[in-house]
Amino acid sequence: MAPLLPSPPIVAIEGDDAKVAVVSLYQKQQRIYPRAVSGLFATWRWSLVWLTQLLFYGLPWLQWNQRQAVLFDLGSRRFYIGPLLLYPQDLIYLTGILVISAYALFLFTAVAGRLWCGFACPQTVYTEIFMWVEKKIEGERIARMRLDASGWSLDKLWRKSAKQLVWIVLGLWTGFTFVGYFTPIHTLAAEAMSLEFGPWEWFWVLFYSLATYGNAGFMREQVCKYMCPYARFQSAMFDRDTLIIGYDSERGEPRGSRSRKAEPKTLGLGSCIDCNLCVQVCPTGIDIRQGLQYECIGCAACIDVCDSVMDKMNYPRGLVRYDTQNGLAQRLSPRQRLARIFRPRVLVYTAILGLIVLGFSISLALRHPFKVDVVRDRGALARQVDEGQVENVYRLQIMNATEQSQRYQIAVKGLAGISLAASPAIHLEPAQARWVTLAVRIPPETAQATAAGAHPIHFDIGLVSVDVSGKIISGATLSEKSTFVVPR
Amino acid sequence: MSDFVNIAWAWYAGGITAAGLLFCVFILLVASKRKVMANDNTTGHVWDEDLRELNNPLPRWWMWLFVITVVFAAVYLALYPGLGTLPGSFKWSSTGQWQAEQDKAHAAMAPVYAKFSAMPAVDLAKDAQAMGIGERLFINNCAQCHGSDAHGSKGFPNLTDSDWLGGSGADYIEKTVTVGRIGMMPPMAAAVGSADDVKNLANYVLSLSGSAHNNLAAQLGKPKFAVCAACHGADGRGNQALGAPNLTDKVWLHGWGEAAVTAMVNQGKTNVMPKFEGRLSAEQIHVLAAYVWNLSQATAVAVR
Repeated sequence: MAPLLPSPPIVAIEGDDAKVAVVSLYQKQQRIYPRAVSGLFATWRWSLVWLTQLLFYGLPWLQWNQRQAVLFDLGSRRFYIGPLLLYPQDLIYLTGILVISAYALFLFTAVAGRLWCGFACPQTVYTEIFMWVEKKIEGERIARMRLDASGWSLDKLWRKSAKQLVWIVLGLWTGFTFVGYFTPIHTLAAEAMSLEFGPWEWFWVLFYSLATYGNAGFMREQVCKYMCPYARFQSAMFDRDTLIIGYDSERGEPRGSRSRKAEPKTLGLGSCIDCNLCVQVCPTGIDIRQGLQYECIGCAACIDVCDSVMDKMNYPRGLVRYDTQNGLAQRLSPRQRLARIFRPRVLVYTAILGLIVLGFSISLALRHPFKVDVVRDRGALARQVDEGQVENVYRLQIMNATEQSQRYQIAVKGLAGISLAASPAIHLEPAQARWVTLAVRIPPETAQATAAGAHPIHFDIGLVSVDVSGKIISGATLSEKSTFVVPR
Repeated sequence: MSDFVNIAWAWYAGGITAAGLLFCVFILLVASKRKVMANDNTTGHVWDEDLRELNNPLPRWWMWLFVITVVFAAVYLALYPGLGTLPGSFKWSSTGQWQAEQDKAHAAMAPVYAKFSAMPAVDLAKDAQAMGIGERLFINNCAQCHGSDAHGSKGFPNLTDSDWLGGSGADYIEKTVTVGRIGMMPPMAAAVGSADDVKNLANYVLSLSGSAHNNLAAQLGKPKFAVCAACHGADGRGNQALGAPNLTDKVWLHGWGEAAVTAMVNQGKTNVMPKFEGRLSAEQIHVLAAYVWNLSQATAVAVR
């Protein structure tokens, strides 16, 4: 395996002054002009750009039963995802999705390194799109470097302005789409036509646009290098059997240029022709031949470009390839590498991920079509009515978690003879939540036979539906616990 | 700064804030340059034989973020309170913001309440919006004592029956909510006589409503009721003008049975309904009273 850094001689602290230089701690970043690349992994990345962005830009426009298919209505606190209607009380599902995402990330990283970073991360995806625009308007790497180095001319002015204009439009469209997940996008589009956004819509459209424009147009690799927390803690998920983008230094070194006809062995050279293309295509500006570095986002651009060079030289592909640190060091065959995937770390991640996905799916499948919260009256705990009966008052918040209207019947159980003082007919409109006040009473005999204090009871709330013939059929039932207070 | 008696605390806190800002700038300047080993870009520090510290400078734009935070803090302190007792040029205060939000909410609700103020309770009861507002006002202000279902409990009257203590109708409810009400039953033991007399009287009172009682004791207690008749009337039907409850129905605000009635005669009771004037506006009380009045009507319209 290549060392992490080229090995310099160790310098003693009390070295002489000639060796010491004073540098600025706040360094101006070198601008990176990545060379365009094509090949297997570039095709993969572009496929994922299309997939994720068709999803992101397209999803808000999809309709489902006369409403937006995916809509997070913060104002009325209802979240629509396809057939699902979620309440803020369903926060556990968001937690579940985040936990699943985190474990999936752990698993993918342990097996294949920074797959997410290189192919699916929005930072990568938008940078890819913005760089494509840049390439179309300003030209390839060399042309862009020349353009930036040259003085202002009419040509430079129109190219730079055109690029900025396209970037800004892309950014605004992205910001608009983002807000379209929270405000119905058709409404938002109508508002956009007349520039009549609400204050928060203005803020988020512009903020998200600015973030997209700034991150994809200017910050680019700086986000990965200095801001991204995932890039920082992923080393905890790496081990020596994790797939990385690796340079086969044993095969490549000593590097050097040579004629295509020449036999490298007779020249005493390795396979690396030192064309420097792997450095030119790198979006973070590193040299992969120095081994695994924290800046490497695993985009595999260097693999694509090196393979094309190997093809031209008629050398076998794979001088730079997906391999593991052990694989490179111990010359493991693909079959041996594959066997090492089934190591405890990966198996544990897989097992935990599988369990959580299973639990999440079961919970979602068995989700109740309504929710109930029971709140006791706290001001007056209990009261006597009609010569010895004891009454407690409860407020039930019933939430219809479907987009059909619902009717309910409520029963109370837990003490002898316990009953509702009145049985109101409860009807809820689609997605409606409503407070229902209920008085629950026990007969005098029970009141006398029961010790003073709080006793557990439960409300059984059942869904009532009427079939075509008008017959009442009962549906899902929820049992909610509460307490009944018998006074002293 | 009213938490601290001495103005010195304001200077102390403001001084730390200002010095902290200056210190941030100072640190940024001091740390702008560092010595590195020219030949290998390390700082020259070596630990544990071969562990070397690489010079990995901060990007310059990141430094500008620090500068921006310092500038932001300075601008913020000029505009908003934060530096000692200085109020800032916006003269912002949390009470001021609260008042502004209140005024805004009141202004938004004013036309709605203006409409409701002109409507009598009978009409308000038919207005779903008014009843929705009334229900929320009731839950937030009245339910603590009278219960979420307004059926009350011991000491707190049931508002859904037609048994009113000091008057009736929506106007009476509105007045009671506005200025409150004090219900007072004086201790009458001395006027009634011995403990047995009180017990007999209690049984007579229970007999008025047909509640469980000792018939013989009730017969003995009947003459003693003359003491009570001054307020509750000779027939025990009460007197709303005096706030004296009807004793012939089965509404027992302060408890039911011989023991409760005996205790009431012996000790009396002062029961208070607090006034809501000042806590709720007159318009809110008008809507609330209509809601409560509607609860006591046989055909209460469904809310929402």
